[in-house]
Amino acid sequence: MDETLLRSLTPSVLGILVRRGIDFAAAEDAVQDALVEAVRVWPADPPRDPKGWLTTVAWRRFLDAARADAARRRREDLVDEEPAPGPAPTVDDTLQLYFLCAHPSLTPSSAVALTLRAVGGLTTRQIAHAYLVPEATMAQRISRAKRTVSGLRFDRPGDVATVLRVLYLVFNEGYSGDVDLAAEAIRLTRQLAAAIDHPEVAGLLALMLLHHARRAARTAPDGSLVPLAEQDRSRWDTRSIAEGVEILQAALARDQLGEFQAQAAIAALHADAPTAAETDWVQIVEWYDELARLTANPVVRLNRAVAVGEADGPRAGLTALAAVDDALPRYTAVAAYLHERDGDPATAARLYAEAAQQAPNLAERDHLTRQAARLNALRRR
Amino acid sequence: MAKYLLLKHYRGGPAAVNDVPMDQWTPAEISAHMQYMRDFAARLEGTGEFVDGQALAPEGTFVRYDGEGRPPVTDGPFAETKDLIAGWMVIDVDSYDRAVDLAGELSAAPGAGGKPIHEWLELRPFLSEPPTITE
Repeated sequence: MDETLLRSLTPSVLGILVRRGIDFAAAEDAVQDALVEAVRVWPADPPRDPKGWLTTVAWRRFLDAARADAARRRREDLVDEEPAPGPAPTVDDTLQLYFLCAHPSLTPSSAVALTLRAVGGLTTRQIAHAYLVPEATMAQRISRAKRTVSGLRFDRPGDVATVLRVLYLVFNEGYSGDVDLAAEAIRLTRQLAAAIDHPEVAGLLALMLLHHARRAARTAPDGSLVPLAEQDRSRWDTRSIAEGVEILQAALARDQLGEFQAQAAIAALHADAPTAAETDWVQIVEWYDELARLTANPVVRLNRAVAVGEADGPRAGLTALAAVDDALPRYTAVAAYLHERDGDPATAARLYAEAAQQAPNLAERDHLTRQAARLNALRRR
Repeated sequence: MAKYLLLKHYRGGPAAVNDVPMDQWTPAEISAHMQYMRDFAARLEGTGEFVDGQALAPEGTFVRYDGEGRPPVTDGPFAETKDLIAGWMVIDVDSYDRAVDLAGELSAAPGAGGKPIHEWLELRPFLSEPPTITE
């Protein structure tokens, strides 16, 4: 059974239930139950109309739960007739669901969890595995998130930027456990792009596709990081790149530049270079300048310093770096790299070792330690 | 079964026999070390004795309550003399002897010159749940 196909039905089934007037939290529980049931039943008995099946089962689950509730409260006046099917579900239902799950009243971690469950159709267990927390903790996070958004009106238009931030977070968590979060983020962004015509949604989708294309080349067989310049570009996924570039070009043609389009443009320039040496760094610097105008994020200036170092030489890069806040994560790693290119391996080795101490994850720490070791070994010769 | 915590220290324990900072090793020696650690954890997963393993950043802060309505007091970064934990592995094994053997094996991970590091690891038994049968 294609579980991805099954899960792609989640938002519209949930949308139908909510439009029938069920409270969001109860509807979401019912849809989860229906998904679990589908995984159990479909392999042996696939339905002809998967969405109809899910909607019917979710509706019954809701009624069962409501009846149990009613019995507990000694109230017998709940509806129990299935209403006539309403108008065909529109893409707006899906869209509203994205807005709801990314609502600004939620913390980022809650919005991520709720999006993966209510829009993505993942189980609490899968989400817990992906984020390496106990299942009970994730269940609690999700139910609190549902309570937070339950009182909100479902029909108010949301801000697409909040949704994009959540999807970006999911993508950036990459891969851990048994759920491929990067692929899931792409699926959800693709679905969003189908529901709303917005250049930044397209920009984020392009950005994800272009980065995802490099995934196989990003790690060596022993798990260590392979930097962009040393990646085997024949292992990049050309189909993913082609799709990303096409989506990006269509978005850029609309002349409403945003942060994600600019980032995707930089990724596309890397994807475009047959070898690292042939990278068009001058254009990349120009895109970083655009990006710096669009966002106050200081990391942009740090990355720009690297690009300047490639375009105009390491000295120019170090000058650009001097204007960047040295407390930024990875500042020391960038400084080490530029000093090495500037022909100062002693300083570079010292800075790489220092950067390793500050590394935010093990893969980066190992990579930076190896860089220091490589330079120290050369100097001993 | 009994759970044990294997603690690795950045500093605070007695010095290792082969005590050379990793950035002074050769890249091949680093790779050999990483491989050894991965193999060790994978083998313990295979035997059903691995529970958890995590690494910690080498910086941190002491924090304490400072009274009603006041923000917590922080004291940090840690002084150079402070015992500093680098990471841990939790194992669930049949006996204390098995835990000691495994800690010894982990301490034999190759370092500079491809020779075992002989680093000191701290082995700490977990306090367990009270048993059901008490007499």
